[in-house]
Order: sequence, then structure tokens, then C-alpha cells
Amino acid sequence: MDTHADTYSLERRTGEDDATTIVVGGVVGLREAVRFVSELRAQVAGSPGRVVFDLAGLEEIDTAALALLLHEGRRLSPPAELRGARGRVADVLTLYREAPRGSLRECPTGKPVFVQVGEVVEGLWERWLRTLSYVGECTAAVGATLRRPQSVPWRDVVRIMERAGADGLPIVVLISFLIGLIMAFQSAVQLQQFGADVFVADLVGLVVTRELGPLMTAIVVAGRSGAAFSAELGTMTVSEEVDALHTIGLNPFRFLVVPRVLALVLVLPLMTLIADLTGVLGGLLTGVGILDLTPRAYLIETRLALEPWDVFSGVFKSLFFAMAIALIACERGLSTKGGADGVGRATTSAVVTTLFTLVALDAVFTVIFHLYGI
Amino acid sequence: MAPVITVERLTIGWGDFVLMHDVSFEVDRGDVFVILGGSGCGKSTLLRHLIGLEQPLGGTIEIAGVGAPRLGDGAPPYGVMFQSGALFGSMTLSENVALPLRSWSGLDAEAIDAVVRDKLRLVGLDGFENHLPAEISGGMKKRAGIARALALDPKLLFLDEPSAGLDPISAVELDELVLSLNRNLGVTTVLVTHELESIFKIASRCIMLDKEVRGIVAAGDPRTLRDTSTDPGVRAFFNRTPRGDA
Repeated sequence: MDTHADTYSLERRTGEDDATTIVVGGVVGLREAVRFVSELRAQVAGSPGRVVFDLAGLEEIDTAALALLLHEGRRLSPPAELRGARGRVADVLTLYREAPRGSLRECPTGKPVFVQVGEVVEGLWERWLRTLSYVGECTAAVGATLRRPQSVPWRDVVRIMERAGADGLPIVVLISFLIGLIMAFQSAVQLQQFGADVFVADLVGLVVTRELGPLMTAIVVAGRSGAAFSAELGTMTVSEEVDALHTIGLNPFRFLVVPRVLALVLVLPLMTLIADLTGVLGGLLTGVGILDLTPRAYLIETRLALEPWDVFSGVFKSLFFAMAIALIACERGLSTKGGADGVGRATTSAVVTTLFTLVALDAVFTVIFHLYGI
Repeated sequence: MAPVITVERLTIGWGDFVLMHDVSFEVDRGDVFVILGGSGCGKSTLLRHLIGLEQPLGGTIEIAGVGAPRLGDGAPPYGVMFQSGALFGSMTLSENVALPLRSWSGLDAEAIDAVVRDKLRLVGLDGFENHLPAEISGGMKKRAGIARALALDPKLLFLDEPSAGLDPISAVELDELVLSLNRNLGVTTVLVTHELESIFKIASRCIMLDKEVRGIVAAGDPRTLRDTSTDPGVRAFFNRTPRGDA
């Protein structure tokens, strides 16, 4: 007989009719439940015939431990018989036996791999259809906005511009300044070997204005404002505010999506120009500090290296980046399902999809500009 | 008198799953019509179909003067209050109520302000005009939701569980408000609830949905249903007993 101090005891007895009786005594709490069941299983193992759980000596048992005991009993063939339960143990046992079968959820069973693949494909197809529908709705909303510009909630546009633009500017300035500084430092080490120090200004100017200025600005805005858009609209969706908009006769696309797209389209090119400027200033600091260039020489070299198109191409790209950030974030927000968990997933998905889209768009623009020699 | 809402052989579901089928009923002008039933039987889902937020798999819904339920650009043909109130969190109560008026009434700002104060007074929220939804209680949110639904003076109002989760006094006050709107303004009201006190107090007619039957198990005056129905589900619901004991 195994006895565990002040808790429970298990004893195996074999009767004349080959029935194995497991006598359970003492108190089984939640802490002992796992050990209790593994010892019970060991006692039952190898029993040739009928098994009886004698609970007469059991003073108290936790509901979880009793559930595990019943489960062990049902696993046997034939199922174990329960005897002698009394007092609180009998009460808990009655509760379990009277629980409506329908109220106990079936354990989920694994689906065949083909079914799982099919469900994933179906999910992707449905997402594609939803995206097409979303693009169609947005196009219609933009058309309606162009016909009736007064229908745009301009007060919201200004509020969003302030949050996405003015509030986000310090981090954009800091990051672009550091990018210019780091790039100049890394290239200076290489170019110094060939006596081509001054070309650091060319490199920094071109890369910042054509690529990194617009891209880094868009990435920062996607992380800040894109995530905020998605979380905001996701919360509105799960709390039925978007449905309420429908019932007031207001189109959520025009009321929620269009102001965000407009705000970012207006603000991102301006932020990109400021990022370009601070990136060049970061390069200038390195040029003056490490390469002994004068600020005047650095700026003249930068001006000679840059064509107006270099700056304009970055600003041009930022318009598309702005649309991508706002549209993707709003789409993820409006398609949120569930509660807080759904909002979290929508926000994560919005940021990841936007970052991928921004880099892909940048690559596409780079190839197109290269093909057209601009 | 022609019914305000006519529902014929409605089937609701998603894909292969059918939540309810063959649902037919009519709502008459001036009714306080209650959709009742246990949790998960599809009451709120039916309401979402009645207001046009979701499309049925089959059957028809006709609203007098509107046709099939429609929601889109334009003044809404009916008012809707959602279970949580669904107020816009970034707007004050007065801005919430003013939104449909600003969008569709053509009134100037001063007139809108006056109407908003009047609507909020109607639901007992005068003095709370400048509060944000986060600053008021659940019952007050529902009242503000009703005020917003009433902003454009609809003759048809849909309410999703208006008294659910409220303390008894707030629940009774909301029931009084619904009755008052119905009697004094002639607002036909369709509401979803499973609060028995509310049902007996305000409902002129009701339908009862059942999860197992996947449709309507009883229709009529709630008191008559309570006293005469032989359906075990209906008896269990009205007598507050488990199904087997009904």
C-alpha cells in the first residue's frame, strides 16, 4: 500500500472473481492529481478482468482529480466500476454524472493534411476576394469623394495629419540623420583608400534622396501610424462601431479610410523631403568631422551630384508608399474578427504586410526608373 | 393594416452551415416586437439580417417603404442600437448624436445643437453632452445609443438586447423608455432580448427562436405563450426551468 503523508492512499486487492479492486483513501487535491493518476494507472496496469475503484475511504477529492480518475476508469475495458463514494466525494461524483453530455465539448481531432491544405487555399482565395472587394469599395469611395469633396471629414484629416506627421517627425528626423551619418562613415572608410573622399557627398545624397529617405520614412510611418490605424479600426470593428456607421448611412470607406489615405498622401512626401535634408546633414557631419571636408565643399558636391529628379523620384515614390500604408492598415483593421486577440493579430499582419509591400514597391520603382533611364 | 416588416421563409447561415431556416413572421405598425430565445439561438444574427448588415442564404425581408433592408450612403430608413451602444469612442455624446444630423438633416449647427440636447434629454442624459463614452456607465451608453438611433426621428427602431447586463433599476428605466417611445412617438420597435421581465412588460408580440429546431418554435403574445404553450423549450424558457423539467 502506498501512503502519501496526509494526502491519499492507494491499495490494490485482487478478489476471488479475478476482479481487481483499487481502494482509494484520504484526500486528493489538485497538487496531487497528476501523481495520483499516474500511480493509479500503474496499479491498474495488467489487471486481467474487471476493475473496481473503491472510494469508501476517500474523504475529499478535487474536481480535476476526479475527472482524471473517471477518465482512467473509462479507458479500461470493461470500464471500471465506482463504489462506495460518500459525503462530498459522492456530491462531486453526482455533479459529473449529471452533467449534460452536450455541455461537454468534444476534443478536437486532427484533420487530414489534405483537408488542412484545402482550408488554407480556401482561406487565401477568400482573402483575395475580400481584397478585390476592398479595392473596389475604396475606388468607389475615392470617386464619390472627388465628386463631393465636402463629404470628406476634413477635421479628421487634419487630426490624422498631425498625429502621423508632426508627432512622428522627430523619430523620422533622428533616424534619417543617423542613416546619413552611418552611410557616410562606412563609405568614407572605403573611398579614402582611393583618395575619393569628396564622393561621399555624392553617394549619401543619391542614396538618401532616391532610396533610403523615402523608404525609411515610410517604414517609420508604417510602424507608427499604420499600426495605429489598424488597431483603431480593428477596435471599432469588434465593438460594432463600424456597423453603427453603416446604420447611420455613412460609408466606412469614406468616413474612415479616405481621411487616412488623404492624410498620409499629404504628409508623407513632406516628411520624405525633411528626411532627405537631415540624411544629407548626417553625411555632412561625417564629411566635416572625419574627412576634413568643409561644409561648403560638401554641399557644393552634393548639389552637383543631385538632379531635381533624384529628389522628385523619392517624393513621387512616397505618394505610393503613403497609399500602401493607409490602405493595407485600414483593410486589416476593417477585416478584424474576434476581440482583443483579433485586434492584435490584425495590427501585426498590417505592419508585416506593409513592410513587405513597401520594399517590393521600392524595388519595382527602382527597376522602372532604371529601364527608363531616369 | 399592412405590416411594417414582412419576413418570408428566411434561411440564415454561412457556407454549408444553416443557423435557422424557414423563418417567417410579420411586424405590425406600432408593435413592440420581441425576438427572444436562449443564448446562441441566433437572435442578434436575425436582427443583423433585418437591418441589412448581413445577407440571408434564402428567403426575403421586406420593410414597408424601403423594400429589402439597405444600408449605404444616404439617410438611414430606421434607427439601430447595438448591444454595447457602439458609440464612437473619440466623440462626445453630443457629437455621437449629432453625427447623423450633421450628415443628413441639412440643419445648421445651432439647430443641430438644440436637437441633440433634446434627444439626450429624452433618454435622461441631459448634462452629459460633453462626456466621452468611456466616462459613462453601460446603461448610459445604451441610452446614448438610443438617442443616436432616434436622431433622425425614425418610425422603426431596432434594439439589440437593450437591458442586458444592466442593474434592475437601469433595466426597468430602459424598458420604460422603450414603451414611452412606442406610445408617445409611435415608434415601431423590434428588439432582441432574453430578459423575461422586459418581455412581459414591453412586448406586444414576440417570436421565440430555438437552437435545436433552428427556427421559430412559438409566436404570439408572450403571456399567452407562457400559459398555453405545450412546447417543452418554450415552457422551460418562460418558467425558468431546465428543459427536462418543463
